[in-house]
Formats: sequence, C-alpha cells, structure tokens
Amino acid sequence: MGNTLKKVIAQSWIYGALTPFIIFSAAPFYVMLVTMFKRSHDLFSPTNNPFFLNEPITLEHLDLLFNQTLYMKFLGNTFLVGTAVVVITVLLAVPAALSLSRLAGRWGESVGIGIFLTYLVPPTLLFIPLSRVVSLLGLQNSLWSLVIVYPTFTVPFCTWLMMSFFKSIPKDIEEQALVDGCSRTGAMVKILLPLSVPGIITVVVFAFTLVAHEYIYALAFIQDSAKKTIGIGMTTELVRGDVFYWGALMGGALLASIPVAVLYTIFLDRIISGMTMSGTKR
Amino acid sequence: MSTRRLFERETFLAPLLLSPVAVYMVLMVGFPFAMAFVYSFSNVTVGNPDFHMTGFGNFTAVLGDPVFRKSLLNTFIFTFISIGLVLILSNMLSELLTRQFRAKWLIRFLIMMPWTAPIALGTIGYLWFLDSVFSPLDWLLRTWGLLGKPHALLGPMSNMYWLGQPGLAMASVILVHVWRLLPLATMIRIAGMNSIPREIIEAAQVDGAGYYRRLFHIVLPLLLPVISVTVLFSTLFTFTDMTVVWVLTKGGPPDHSTQVLASFAFLKGIQGGDLAQGAAISLFFFPVLAGVAAVVLRIAKKAVVT
Repeated sequence: MGNTLKKVIAQSWIYGALTPFIIFSAAPFYVMLVTMFKRSHDLFSPTNNPFFLNEPITLEHLDLLFNQTLYMKFLGNTFLVGTAVVVITVLLAVPAALSLSRLAGRWGESVGIGIFLTYLVPPTLLFIPLSRVVSLLGLQNSLWSLVIVYPTFTVPFCTWLMMSFFKSIPKDIEEQALVDGCSRTGAMVKILLPLSVPGIITVVVFAFTLVAHEYIYALAFIQDSAKKTIGIGMTTELVRGDVFYWGALMGGALLASIPVAVLYTIFLDRIISGMTMSGTKR
Repeated sequence: MSTRRLFERETFLAPLLLSPVAVYMVLMVGFPFAMAFVYSFSNVTVGNPDFHMTGFGNFTAVLGDPVFRKSLLNTFIFTFISIGLVLILSNMLSELLTRQFRAKWLIRFLIMMPWTAPIALGTIGYLWFLDSVFSPLDWLLRTWGLLGKPHALLGPMSNMYWLGQPGLAMASVILVHVWRLLPLATMIRIAGMNSIPREIIEAAQVDGAGYYRRLFHIVLPLLLPVISVTVLFSTLFTFTDMTVVWVLTKGGPPDHSTQVLASFAFLKGIQGGDLAQGAAISLFFFPVLAGVAAVVLRIAKKAVVT
C-alpha cells in the first residue's frame, strides 16, 4: 500500500513539474487551434476569453485559407522543392558516405569532418554571395534557386548521418559476399544498400523537414507570391500591412506544422545522435 | 574487363563516389564563402556587378554606422540571454524527461514541437500572442488584475504593446528564441545523459551518494563535453539567426531596437542591394564560426583517437 502511494506521489510530482514546460511549449499551438475555429466577432472582442470558443464553431477562416489565398500553392511549392532536394541529397550523400566510411582509409575520417564543418557555415554568411550566384544562373524568383541552394545544408548533415549508419553495419557481411565471389561494387549494391534502407529513410525525412523549416534563403531569393514556400508565403502574403487574416493565419500555420513536427519527432533520436557527432565515437 | 577491374579498386572507387559532393560543396559553399570575403573589400552592388577593390572602406563605413553598432550590441544581448536561459531550462527539463511516466510520447511531442515545427510558422502564433490589442497574454494579465486597472502592477493601460516598445520587443524576441531552442538543447543533453554508463551512477548510489551529490559530482562533470557542444552550436546558431527577429519585429520597433547582425546584413545586402556592405556585416560572424569550428575539430580528433 505504502509503495503504491509513493509511486502515485512521485508520478504526480513529475507531471506537476512538467506542466509549466508543456504550457510554455504548446500554448502558441493551442491558441492557433482555438483561433482557427473562432468566429470573427468572438476573436475581435478583447473581453472574450481567447483560450476557448465563446461562440459556435466556424469554418470561415479555413474557407478563406483554402479558397481565397495561395496557401495550397505554398504547400505545393514546398513539397516540390522538398522532393527535388531529397532526391539530390540522397544521390549525393549516400555514395559519399559509402566512400568515406567503407572505401577511403585514414583520409576518409578527415574529409568527413571537413564536410561536417561546412554544415556550421550559417546561411546568413552565404546568402549575399549566393544571391549573386542565383542571379548569374538566371534563377531569381524561381523555385530552382532553392533546389540548387538547399543541398548546401542537407548534404553535409546527411552525409554525416549516413557515415555513422554505415559504420554501424559490420564489415564481415560484405567480406563474406566477396569471399562468395561477389564483386566489390556488387557487394555494396546488393548487400550494403538494402541494409542501409532505415538510414536512407532518416535522410529523406530529415532533408524534407529541413526544407519545410528553411526561411532565410527563400526570403532572399523569392519575391513572386505564387512561387513562395510555406514559411515565407504565410508570413509575407497573409500579413499585409495592417490587415491580418488571423483565423486563416493560425489555421494555416498549425495545419502545416503538425505533419512536419510528427515526421521530425519520429526520427528525432537518430537525428540528434548525428548532431552530437556520436558517429565518430565508434 | 579493364574497366570492371578499375571499379574493384578502392583507390579509384572512393574518390569517384565522393567527387559529386566535393564538387558541389566547393561550388556552392567554398566559392561563395570566399566571395563573401572578396565582396566585403569591394564596392559591389546589385546594380553594378563589375566591382573594384576598395580596401577596408566597407568596414570603416559599417563600424561608423550607429545602426550597425546597435545591431552588434543587440546580437550579443540576444545571444547571451537566450543561451543562458536555454542552458538552465534544458538542464531542468531533461532531468524530468528522462524519468518514467505515462503518456511520454505525447508529452515529448508537445514539448519538442517548437523545434520540430517550422519556426516561421510557430512565430506566427506569437504574433497573435503578443498582438497590440487582442493579445491573449494581455487578456490573462488583465484577468489576473495585473494590467488595465488604475493601480495594477503592470500599469493602467489595457495592453502591454509587447512588440511596440524597445525593451519589451527585445524580451519578446528572446522569449520566442528560447522557446524554439529549448527542445533541441534538451534532446542533446538527454542523448548525452544516456551515454553515461549506468554502472558509474549505480556505484555512486551504492557508496551512499545522494541525488544532488550524484548530480553535481558525477553526472554534470561527465556531461560537460555534451553541454559545451550544445552551448557552442546554439551560440553559433543564435548569433547568426534572423528568422524570429524578422517575423516578429523586422528589427523594429522603428528604431532598430531589435535589429541583429543577420537581419541588418539582410536589410543592407539583399533588400538594399549593397552587396559589399552586406557582406562586410555578415563577415562579423566569421570569428564566432572559426571559434566553434576549432573546438569541434579538437573534439572530433579526440573522438577518433580513442
């Protein structure tokens, strides 16, 4: 009896201590949820409780968002850029990681660290020269500018993730295939690649979420409303002068945030272990 | 036959598989990185790409600009306060999240959401939260009697105008940045905590060390490398970021009171078209970048050797 009571007290103590953190983290998203279903009259009465619906639910804001703004276009653009960047990232990062972790000798480790260091170079140091590169290529105002620039931050990190993933696969497996008469490239393609599918999926998800998160390059390179991605589209097209479409803004922000956050959370642990460079400690 | 043999050789295959990344990174990171230096010593603008070298002209111009000095100071304030708060809060939060409790997945999802959701979208929530008239936060303060009454603690006005006053605007920007960075710092610290061998902590427990003794004499010292990596990454990230500032205040209220180096470089270089001065401003990130890179290199070397 005494033990269960102790357990209950310990549990409620944890929930109690966690509550302020949960409120701090989730409050903006909770208010988004409430606001997107709030009637305008309710929304714009300063005395009404902003944390609950004081009048019946309405879909007017979502109707505005989906039918009278470029929201779907922003999502589509983000999806297009994301897909292209994911393909480029996988094609570049997987072979490079294979080379650095399996084939290259001592220099592989140094080059790997060198690639990781490029990940540290911030976009705000590169956006000015890159804006010249983009205009030299004639890609201003084009989604292609993002497709060629975004791999600058997806490739280094994903190469690093794949390197540590390859290192976790024992070498004996391929060596056995070599003994059995398989060629070197054959062993890599037939044995190693199928084993690294979970790693590649992590890379795909991570590269995609990074594209959905990116703000600065998109802000610098894209001006056309119809070519904007979700982040810059929401903050520049739905916030016009003094007119804020609050209900639509909140709804749009929440609806786009949830899928990205769910995807990221599923792969969070693996991404974090890549971030802390735990791959080198093998 | 001979080409097949070539593909069997590691000395050929390794550079071949690496070359696409190497070429891409040199073209899209290495070359622009070098150009950032060249630009900052030139007079290049968007309208006049045929540029001449002008020596330290941009740097003297930038250093003489009061807005730049304000941005530099703001960047330091923004970075130091944010990182300090994140460090304290993430230590508390990770202690809680490593315990056993129910509905952990949901709670972890909610706590991580500021980092896992796109920050520009999360910040939109704060635009409403801190609105000059309809702010839900002001509503709470009014309901609690802290605001909007003749003798209320925060004043008799009905609103705080979070994003309309210099000090409050800076506090708001810091708040949102801490909000977004806390989950990341917490996750990194938890990852570090999991890498401490259980036996060490259990041995201390057997020897009679209490919770706080274990925390301060064993766990924190062992966590020091992880904590320092977190601090380094978040410092670099915070020092060079402009997203929260841009969405929330655009560097205002009018007086550049929340302008940071990154947003000022954007304002000058991208919006104003003065590539040379913009590059000179963002070059002030270089010392921070170089410092972090040096420490990362040291850690990486140690890790490879052991």
